[in-house]
Amino acid sequence: MSDETHQPPVPPSSQRTGGPTRRRFMVYSLAASTLTVAAPGACDSSQATGAEPVAEGVRRPSDVLVTGADEEMLVLEVTAANKVVVRLPRVEVGQGITTAVAMMIAEELDAALADVDIPLADARTKGNQYTGGSSSVSSLYGPARALAATARAKLVTAAAKRWRLPARTLRTRDTMVIAPDGRKATFGSLTASAARISRPAVPSKPKPASRHRVIGRPTPRIDARDIVTGKARYAGDLSAAGAKPTVVARPPTIGGKAVSVDAAAARAMPGVLAVLKIAGGVAVVAESFHHAFKARDALRITWAPGPLASLSDAAIRARLRAAVPRFEAPPRRSSLLEAEFAFAFVSHAPMEVLTAVADVRANRAEMWFSSQTPMDARDSIAAAIGLPASSVRVHVLRGGGSFGRRLNYDAAIEAALISKAARRPVKLMWSRADDIRHGRMRPASHHRIRAAVARGRVVAFEHATASVNESYDDGGPSAQGGVTAAVARAGRAPAAGPVPSDSGLYNFGRVSGDSGGVSLAMNLGAWRSVDSGTTRTAEEIVVDEIARSLGKDPVAFRRTTLRNKAVRAVLDKAAAAGHWGRALPAGRAQGIAVHEEYGSCVACLAEIDATDPENPRVTKVVMAADVGTAVNPRGLEAQLMGTAIDGISTVLQAGLHIDRGAVREDSFADFRYARQRHAPLHFEAHILPSRREPGGAGELGVPAAAGAVANAYARATGTRPRRFPINF
Amino acid sequence: MPSYSFVLNGKQVTVEAPADMPLLWVLRDMLGITGPKYGCGVGVCRACTSHLDGAEIQPCVVPVADCADRDVTTIEGLADGDTLHPVQQAWLDCDVAQCGFCQPGQIMTAVALLKRTPRPTDADIDRIENVCRCGTYPRIREAIKKASAAGEHPSN
Repeated sequence: MSDETHQPPVPPSSQRTGGPTRRRFMVYSLAASTLTVAAPGACDSSQATGAEPVAEGVRRPSDVLVTGADEEMLVLEVTAANKVVVRLPRVEVGQGITTAVAMMIAEELDAALADVDIPLADARTKGNQYTGGSSSVSSLYGPARALAATARAKLVTAAAKRWRLPARTLRTRDTMVIAPDGRKATFGSLTASAARISRPAVPSKPKPASRHRVIGRPTPRIDARDIVTGKARYAGDLSAAGAKPTVVARPPTIGGKAVSVDAAAARAMPGVLAVLKIAGGVAVVAESFHHAFKARDALRITWAPGPLASLSDAAIRARLRAAVPRFEAPPRRSSLLEAEFAFAFVSHAPMEVLTAVADVRANRAEMWFSSQTPMDARDSIAAAIGLPASSVRVHVLRGGGSFGRRLNYDAAIEAALISKAARRPVKLMWSRADDIRHGRMRPASHHRIRAAVARGRVVAFEHATASVNESYDDGGPSAQGGVTAAVARAGRAPAAGPVPSDSGLYNFGRVSGDSGGVSLAMNLGAWRSVDSGTTRTAEEIVVDEIARSLGKDPVAFRRTTLRNKAVRAVLDKAAAAGHWGRALPAGRAQGIAVHEEYGSCVACLAEIDATDPENPRVTKVVMAADVGTAVNPRGLEAQLMGTAIDGISTVLQAGLHIDRGAVREDSFADFRYARQRHAPLHFEAHILPSRREPGGAGELGVPAAAGAVANAYARATGTRPRRFPINF
Repeated sequence: MPSYSFVLNGKQVTVEAPADMPLLWVLRDMLGITGPKYGCGVGVCRACTSHLDGAEIQPCVVPVADCADRDVTTIEGLADGDTLHPVQQAWLDCDVAQCGFCQPGQIMTAVALLKRTPRPTDADIDRIENVCRCGTYPRIREAIKKASAAGEHPSN
């Protein structure tokens, strides 16, 4: 290894405190026959930024790219076939991170986007392999560009040596180095000699934003063609290890237990390979999923009801309401505006149900599944099957959606246990009913918000909430694949107690919040935008009601009370582009809301036709966002579009009921996530130009969209929506 | 075990399978055709949507016996070699997909719709039941309209 930096190395402490704009990233060259560079910064966790332990791992050249550097760094390799390969320590679940990273690499390397491959890294032993909290682009933006800029400098230097020309006279374009006389050399043809360059003859600093040609240009997904031709592979599409289709008979109630199992008929059915009792029910391994489902349905099981069998929605709502902390005494001589809100449970319901391939042997295990937290998953799987973590290999696959669901790895642990017990490789798939009835969900919550108004201004704003917490007491199914260390570290754990928005967003005088909880033995999980999806939605509804009580227009009122210029700018943009205030017939109205999080902000304007209040249609959505540098505006627009549909769904129609300890819904027939007929006929997203480093974007839009839809519905119907979803 | 022959993406195939085995699992578990996805198994989410004699079906609820001696087309059989079907091309042009899991079904549904109704209205498009949990609906609508317009003027 030669260790060099494109900028002077910075001690870890100052890296941590320097803030994102001044962070510098060490880039290492790895001993290899092709140009291979690595940036530890890309993958360090917030606790461990040090270059020291990283350098330790890299010093063993034999380990390079096998168990050493690639384990903990972002590694870029230029292959002789002229491909640029970066193994990404994040998961692609539709958010477009592989495309965004490919763009960063292509930008700094001057490579053609089609020549950049971004496979997903296997679970590693060190560093940050966490996909969540809308953090991927911001955590990779510096290191990915530093890495590619260093590689470019070496390729240019190698070409200069070959041609005996001054390196500074050479240009790069389309994965080639080009000489002033027109001679060209592909990166692939230079990679072996570039690997031996230790001191590049040209600067290896990333381009200034003013020279970006790829970053900031709307770019289609790099995997789009694979998707539209059916070639994109998800866990269930693998034929790895000869794994056999496996399903599980699960109890009707949450956390119910099989007390007696008569498997004679199921075992005798054709194509059935194994029937096993497991913690969550009874597993069937068969030659096909058809055989597995048929045998599952032939099982005769007596179920004991789960621990929530006496509990239904009304009781849960009452307990939540009672758990909301009390308010402090209001300021004197103020008039009070109070509102309470209840949000139902919501399923993540990614299109691809939880699926995991497990091949567990006596002394090793190999797993294939989609995971936002593969390192924690590997450790938990290893503990569950009694192997050291070093003997468990986890391949991370693209996921068919996630929305937070793949932070947890329930199905992977279950698959590993079944494979171990059945002594054969299995491909476990949760049915859609399994997913909705036993899968995780956004916790139900109750909110009490009080604004104190004096002399036409809000002088105090309080928000107290209570949400359902996952109880681990009875070691139920929730003990498996539960909230992960990475999630907890990132402060995104649903059980960690919601922090009601600090509403630094508005000049509302004394702002305070408190939270309580009700612990229940059920599987919960962080759902896109986590607590903000409910807390901030409720607050945006109250902001509208305050404006109305003061006789002010919702946009004008926000303009005068928002603290942050950037939020005012997105509000103005959405209001102008969406023609705020235009005349609409009775039963139709506009609604607006804003949100700020992840170093970004967004405004959403929704138009609704609620002529039939039980069957409303959001007809138009206009969003405006400032996320700092938008690496791929096309991808950002897609993320905003998705959050708009999430807002429409969760506010108007999609939720889960609990009836005597069981989830009532079991498919998309009754979990009414939006269809085409509920989606806006017109959608537009405006991205405000910015030179700031990228903020987060994947979850950003949910509260603004949900708030705008709720506010539009309220204005169209003259009602005050208090319980969500409204038509449930 | 009964045996069934049908044409799959232009090729004759024969499988030995129970009569009630849904086409989806015949395709996925016996023939290795994984473009049609399982999303619910009850014909609701439509992620598996494919064509039987050119008409839209949900293979998760169509028994293999119903496919005997008929023509089955999955997403894998839509393109003509390297030349994408106009609907697939419209999907690329509009960058429709996010996670991509429902998109083979969405595309097969759109192809069937355009065959029945070459110039679909918004109301026609609203009748599409396929679920997209990523919420790509506005781009799906745009892509269908684009493919429809391309069909009107094939020279473009």
